Amino acid sequence: MNEESKPMSGKKQVNDIVIKFVGDSGDGIQLSGNILADTLAHIGLDMATFPDFPAEVRAPRNTTFGVSGFQIHFSNKKVLTPGDEYDVLVCFNPASLKVNLKNVKQGGIIVVDSSNFTTRSIETAGYTSNPLEDNSLSNYTVLQIPASEMVININSDLDKKNAERTKNMFILGLLYNMFGFDLKPAINYINNKFKNKSQLIEANLKSLEHGYKYSETIENFPKFYLAKCELLPGKYRDIQGNVATAWGLMAAAEKAGLHLFIGSYPITPATEILVELSKHRELGVKTFQAEDEIAGITSAIGASFAGSLAATTTSGPGLSLKVEAMGLAVMTELPIVIVDVQRAGPSTGMPTKSEQADLYMSMFGRNGEAPIPIIAASSSVDCFFAAFEAAKIALEHMTPVILLSDGYIGLGSSVFRIPKMEDLPEIHPPFADPNVKYYPYERDEEWFVRKWAIPGTPGLQHRVGGLEKSHIYGEVTTDAKNHEKMVINREEKIKRIARKWPMQRITGPEDSDLLVVSWGGTKGQVEGAIQNLTAKGYKIAHTHFRYINPLPLNTHEILKSGKKVIVCELNRGQFANILRMNYQDIEFHQYNKVQGQPFTVKELENAFTELLNS
Amino acid sequence: MKKSINNTIPKSDVPLTPKDFESDQIIRWCPGCGNHMIVNSLKKVFAEIGYKKENYVVVSGIGCSSRLPYYVNSYGFHGIHGRANAIATGVKIANPKLSLWVATGDGDSLAIGGNHFIHVVRRNLDMNIILFNNQIYGLTKGQYSPTSPLGAVTKTSPYGTIEHPFTTGELVLGAQGTFFARSLDILVDLTTNVLFEAAEHDGTSVVEIFQNCVIFNDGAYSEITNKENRDDNVLIVEDGKPMIFGKNKDKGLVLNNFNLEVVTIGENGITEKDILVHDAKTPSPFIHLMLAKMHHPWVFGVIRNTPAPTYDDLMEEQISMVKAKSNIKCMDDLLNSGDTWEIKG
Repeated sequence: MNEESKPMSGKKQVNDIVIKFVGDSGDGIQLSGNILADTLAHIGLDMATFPDFPAEVRAPRNTTFGVSGFQIHFSNKKVLTPGDEYDVLVCFNPASLKVNLKNVKQGGIIVVDSSNFTTRSIETAGYTSNPLEDNSLSNYTVLQIPASEMVININSDLDKKNAERTKNMFILGLLYNMFGFDLKPAINYINNKFKNKSQLIEANLKSLEHGYKYSETIENFPKFYLAKCELLPGKYRDIQGNVATAWGLMAAAEKAGLHLFIGSYPITPATEILVELSKHRELGVKTFQAEDEIAGITSAIGASFAGSLAATTTSGPGLSLKVEAMGLAVMTELPIVIVDVQRAGPSTGMPTKSEQADLYMSMFGRNGEAPIPIIAASSSVDCFFAAFEAAKIALEHMTPVILLSDGYIGLGSSVFRIPKMEDLPEIHPPFADPNVKYYPYERDEEWFVRKWAIPGTPGLQHRVGGLEKSHIYGEVTTDAKNHEKMVINREEKIKRIARKWPMQRITGPEDSDLLVVSWGGTKGQVEGAIQNLTAKGYKIAHTHFRYINPLPLNTHEILKSGKKVIVCELNRGQFANILRMNYQDIEFHQYNKVQGQPFTVKELENAFTELLNS
Repeated sequence: MKKSINNTIPKSDVPLTPKDFESDQIIRWCPGCGNHMIVNSLKKVFAEIGYKKENYVVVSGIGCSSRLPYYVNSYGFHGIHGRANAIATGVKIANPKLSLWVATGDGDSLAIGGNHFIHVVRRNLDMNIILFNNQIYGLTKGQYSPTSPLGAVTKTSPYGTIEHPFTTGELVLGAQGTFFARSLDILVDLTTNVLFEAAEHDGTSVVEIFQNCVIFNDGAYSEITNKENRDDNVLIVEDGKPMIFGKNKDKGLVLNNFNLEVVTIGENGITEKDILVHDAKTPSPFIHLMLAKMHHPWVFGVIRNTPAPTYDDLMEEQISMVKAKSNIKCMDDLLNSGDTWEIKG
């Protein structure tokens, strides 16, 4: 937290706070986080949140592998990431303290529900002594709050189990006092959340208010103050990356005047996209929960043939299954959007953990010469715009498009400045004219795009399929020269899309000592590291890629601007190698991480300074 | 002329003939292949149904049968191995006003695409699946298929298969199919009739056609097709009519101890009145299953034809219902719904 030495009635002024709630799945962690996020939104602070949960639905209590969490980073300035290290860690049991302590800032605050630090739970966590008593936390401000006990007493009219459940509200009340937040938004949230369950409302509110008051009795209770926000004026909402992807697709369908069809099979961490789209029958969204990943994409291809904006959503293992059908979409030159919310692989890997290691598969994972455009979303909010753009490119260029997201930005949330539909670009699919003789593989000269003839339109009857077709006429043929021509046509069609991309940009000096290259969901951390190093006086610049295939036209020029170039990505160097393949005159350094976790700003700073000083 | 079909698919203003569906492609099936007869029946049925020409879509997977879309002048999609039914699902959901036909085979739908096949049947999308069953992989030149009889000698089973074959009808009924019919490639009129009834049925209609592969499995159905005893081996069922067959129309089926039994009229006091009357519309699949599995005689015609809500209708109904209730009419409404806040400049 950037503390400024301006005390205000005993409160420290800060610009920036990271809080993490941790405990067992049943401890009400997500709810506490959501209430806090809602309040922050009402105050008008910027924020990013990230849920961290085990793959098991309900892991055994008090175990280290069953710890789940909710991280929230808020500031009166632009928030780039959910944060590396926590200013405040709220622990509901010893196991969650054990797992998360390493990421608490030196001198940070640890709030524990001390009623749950029993001999048994301490042992289950694998501690040999009670961490609250053995001096191991002496570098932190530890607030031991017997929250469970207190709420059972406060709500003595309830049975013990239900009363104890409100311990999260007690702690939340305490935090509200710590940051000087008004309880009103939280009270409204609870009233809405437990609509018609007056007993629950009453219990939660009582615990919340008691927690707030209780904190006043704590000696040297730390209090902070956040100055007013510096966000752009406008209307805002909080949005999860996967929801943003869903809405981006819906927005594209509306803009193009088409029905939206989704063929998907549930898979972590992409499922929420299908779940979200399933809610929107009111806007005519047709979601089809397919029998498998293959049916997901092939039904989307069918729907595309029939004239819908069609998409399929998945994560790595699912993308592997879709590979053959992706080739079919390339061959039939039909528009579909393939969303891959990447997770740690290979195989089923670590379903709830994030990685950027599906880039090779997206680029190369098909039989034959089968190029597909790739767009990578760079934040939770950008998922909306990236999905919209993927759909626009698919529809206007008659091609499958891969949209790469990842578990980190897909499940994370951030503050979204609500766009107006009229401000989004138009989408004009190349529909065939029923009054002109139709040839399925006739292309326009500028973009090499074939026309889309929709079944039900008189006179445009035609056939497409996976077999090679003759140029213009679209008849099945194995003619040697024709095949070569068609391969080159399909390749050229994708290459030319680069003319539609915006030019690649640099943030920072045009003649940097170090140019940092990133792509996809790591943007926030890299920006954070660059800002810090720039402030320290380093001549460092950043270029972030959203368009991976084809690469923007000025990519080479941009990459040549740095004396040294480093590519950082959450894999073993896939984008770095793609760049090497294209730009052999440039030496690319790499910074890679495959731990299922995002970069931290700090480790990036270290890596960059090391290279700068070498 | 058959009775006309009533549904939401737009009808042609002018009468159509099979010629309207003639394609300009040279048919590349082997001479003598049963497929030639099937494609002719299909064009006839398309004309007879009388939907607007542009509303027919034929989707296929891979295999000899799957070349069919090229030989019918309609919208066509020649997919990839096993995926015809999944592709077709997307087409139909996207636009329920299309008359959708899937051309597939025993390999395409019962092996590599088995999963899609059972699920499309279970969902009861309104589409018509013509399953060409020749008990062999023809296009890859003669390997056994999931319908090859146990012990069949093929290129990949030189010592005979050691697999138990599927019965298509049993799979369809097991997947809660609402329509199952069977025909034989050489019975052109029967094929035309059952295809028409398939089109008429609102739901997934599976029409299995026993089809002779002259090159790799010639004579697979000779027991049924040879002229001398064909009549004694073939029972063509019709809804509401007694199940009588045989050269002299004197054989029939009765239900005996929960089993179907062949009896002869005039023997042991059996009269025509004793013969079981075919009820294709009964919801119970019990007798339909026995008919589908029967070998002496083999049963053809529409074995099952029962009503059930279709996936595509339910989807459209749900959309209209939710639309009518919701305040969210466009994306701007959705973007601004729920918790939002304003930051003033």
